[in-house]
Amino acid sequence: MGVKPVGTAPGGDNAIVTQMSPNWITTRLDFLVNWARANSLWPMPFGTACCAIEFMATAASRFDISRFGMERLGYSPRQADVLLCAGRLPFKLAPVIRRIYDQMPQPKWVISMGACASSGGIFDTYAMTQGIDTVVPVDVYVPGCPPRPEGLLYGILLLHKKIKGETMVDKAIREEEVLRRGALRLPPELIDEVSEPFGNSVHQTRSA
Amino acid sequence: MNPSVEALRREFGDKIGRALESCGDTIVYVDVGSAREILGWLKDAPDQEYNYLIDVTAVEYRDPELPLEVVYLLFSLRRKVQLCVKISLPKDAKLEVDSVVPLWQGANWLEREVFDMFGITFREHPDLRRILMWETYSEGYPLRKDFPLRGRLSRAEQVRRALHANPEAHYSLEELSIAEAYNDLPEDMRRRLASGERDEIPEAGGKRTDG
Repeated sequence: MGVKPVGTAPGGDNAIVTQMSPNWITTRLDFLVNWARANSLWPMPFGTACCAIEFMATAASRFDISRFGMERLGYSPRQADVLLCAGRLPFKLAPVIRRIYDQMPQPKWVISMGACASSGGIFDTYAMTQGIDTVVPVDVYVPGCPPRPEGLLYGILLLHKKIKGETMVDKAIREEEVLRRGALRLPPELIDEVSEPFGNSVHQTRSA
Repeated sequence: MNPSVEALRREFGDKIGRALESCGDTIVYVDVGSAREILGWLKDAPDQEYNYLIDVTAVEYRDPELPLEVVYLLFSLRRKVQLCVKISLPKDAKLEVDSVVPLWQGANWLEREVFDMFGITFREHPDLRRILMWETYSEGYPLRKDFPLRGRLSRAEQVRRALHANPEAHYSLEELSIAEAYNDLPEDMRRRLASGERDEIPEAGGKRTDG
């Protein structure tokens, strides 16, 4: 999303923009770009469980996400802005969601909808990732089991807020490194730590 | 008690173990060696006709002394009678039974599921691979009592192995409908189907652990 500065800097086309501090032009342009992006988010629904039902209710007429410019569901990741993971993510689907995320063009965001997508939920088992953030980066977590449509809408509005705070001056926001297959995006110790049992599931250690 | 038990005792004698009635259903234990013969007889004998296999599953009890059980739920569509046939598999012996796929094609995936979850091998099964867990899964058999609820590996290692899988490599040639037309395909496509598209399986070199 580079504004081409007049003349080229030795460090590449965007070097000047990167080093630039926010000024009148960038803030006005940020406002315009972020306004457009926030109000026409195309979601890529990745519905794996009951949260997807609540997402359908959110998309349908009573709650109507077309009020936020989101009614165009992008069932192709190549034409989507928001990956909306609604439901639990078993290990078998981890490479799938990773590939879908990699196929989405920048700018892109991820909403983790519901307890299972955010933390594994009640499924603290051998087959389930303990939160999709161990596989793909997440922007907004929506709590609930499943969240009501109002909850999801609140998450979407939080995402709008986040998008409207982005600036082209900070290029690191949209920098992306595509990981090779099997690579972890978090350090292993951190994955172990966020996957620690909590709440009632600390008692579920039974084996013979 | 289902009258089939008496008929079984007349036909097979001491191959038939104890029989009991539970909640209106009859459960009969049979010898592991002649299980397929007995099930085949139950399917084909004119006054039995248990022609529908509802389910194949297995049980492991919390008491470690008790044997594993393979459970066959049979139903006669004409007579509307149900029968539950069980095989006991002591844990110190090899966990192996004869496949009933030659009798009921529908047992194919059911037996694969039992193999996947309990590690019970079905002799002469046409395609005995894991069905729910991925083929390179190496942590053991999840429904066994000695299997920890969260698996054997650390969470980070589980995520790493899961991400290592190629999501397109989970189908065998037999499962793809294109297999029917395999011989009419161009040579390069046949080669890719036979090997290339399955991709390398990173953990395949290691031995499959046994529960």
